[in-house]
Amino acid sequence: MSKLFSNENKAVFSNPLNLNNPIAVQVLGICSALAVTSQLEPAIVMGLSVTIITAFSNVIISLIRKTIPNRIRIIVQLVVVAALVTIVAQILKAFAYDVSVQLSVYVGLIITNCILMGRLEAFAMQNGPWESFLDGIGNGLGYALILVIVGFIRELLGFGTLLGFQIVPDCVYNAGYMNNGMMTMPAMSLIIVGCVIWAHRSINKEEK
Amino acid sequence: MEHMISLFVRSIFVDNMIFAFFLGMCSYLAVSKNVKTAFGLGVAVTFVLLVTVPADYALQMYVLGPNALVEGVDLTFLAFILFIAVIAGIVQLVEMVVERFSPSLYAALGIFLPLIAVNCAIMGASLFMQQRVQMDPETSTQAISCVGDAIAYALGSGIGWLLAIVGLAAIREKMAYTDVPKPLQGLGITFITVGLMAMAFMCFSGLNI
Repeated sequence: MSKLFSNENKAVFSNPLNLNNPIAVQVLGICSALAVTSQLEPAIVMGLSVTIITAFSNVIISLIRKTIPNRIRIIVQLVVVAALVTIVAQILKAFAYDVSVQLSVYVGLIITNCILMGRLEAFAMQNGPWESFLDGIGNGLGYALILVIVGFIRELLGFGTLLGFQIVPDCVYNAGYMNNGMMTMPAMSLIIVGCVIWAHRSINKEEK
Repeated sequence: MEHMISLFVRSIFVDNMIFAFFLGMCSYLAVSKNVKTAFGLGVAVTFVLLVTVPADYALQMYVLGPNALVEGVDLTFLAFILFIAVIAGIVQLVEMVVERFSPSLYAALGIFLPLIAVNCAIMGASLFMQQRVQMDPETSTQAISCVGDAIAYALGSGIGWLLAIVGLAAIREKMAYTDVPKPLQGLGITFITVGLMAMAFMCFSGLNI
């Protein structure tokens, strides 16, 4: 057991959450991060889906990494990822139809999410299944973290709600407060992510 | 014909891949440091779109759609795997062509050429095409009802992407001389620039063609 949770493995898991965050530092998987974050709920669902798919594709590729011929590895990786995404898309359609309609093509676009290919190439091809699993979960959660932050800000300021529940009380509206319609526009998510990266970099620089 | 032109213009300005759907962001942010390379990548993406979207359209019409291959069988759930296989194959082909005819562009694009295969813009265009096939051509301006529509849509999306990446590259070349706060340099300011560009493009959304 102690080997499974050694310091190295802990670092593999926790680094992507902050110091080596896939979105803020490695600049991977931006597309879906921007498009699904106008509200909190799709952001959470998307973050979880990506976490699960990253973790399991990492495990599968890491298990068969010694048998994959080097020249066709990209195709093999794509097929594994596409199969997993198909499963997740079908599950979402069956159990969370509203969210899957909201996410529309972006569920399919998890296939082309650079986080997946990036982690498969950089980590799973060289490491064992357990480390790869942790790495996948870590990176997926690091990605989900940014999505949730952006989704939180946009839903709170754009709609005055969180997960569909009203947060900003009526008396504030009566006093003249208005929802910021700008926040619901796609353009704002870019600017918020830019600010998140700004904050992330200035904090981490202080730590060093 | 009218519908095709409208589809073409709309996909450049209103349904712009970058500014309306954020597709293809990874390579968009990474390769937009100078105009020449950005233009090369834009052309490559446009070309790949132009080949893959009609190919995927044929696939959707004759293999995947409801009752297309065998009566009563709907294979739509296989779309992800088949589309990505078509895209990966065509990207391989483009890579060989570029290496043969323009080694300097090949060297400049580097890893991002094979990565067009995982460029969300390509896969996204195919998936949007799949959605639009199901729309009613009589009422919707976005419907794709023949292979000509698919080509017009692919070309428009590609040119929209090209326009966006060349525009950003031009701004970033100028931005090299400005005094940006240290933690905001590089990625942060690029994001905010793209946000402002997206706001500018929002004014096209009222466009009626």
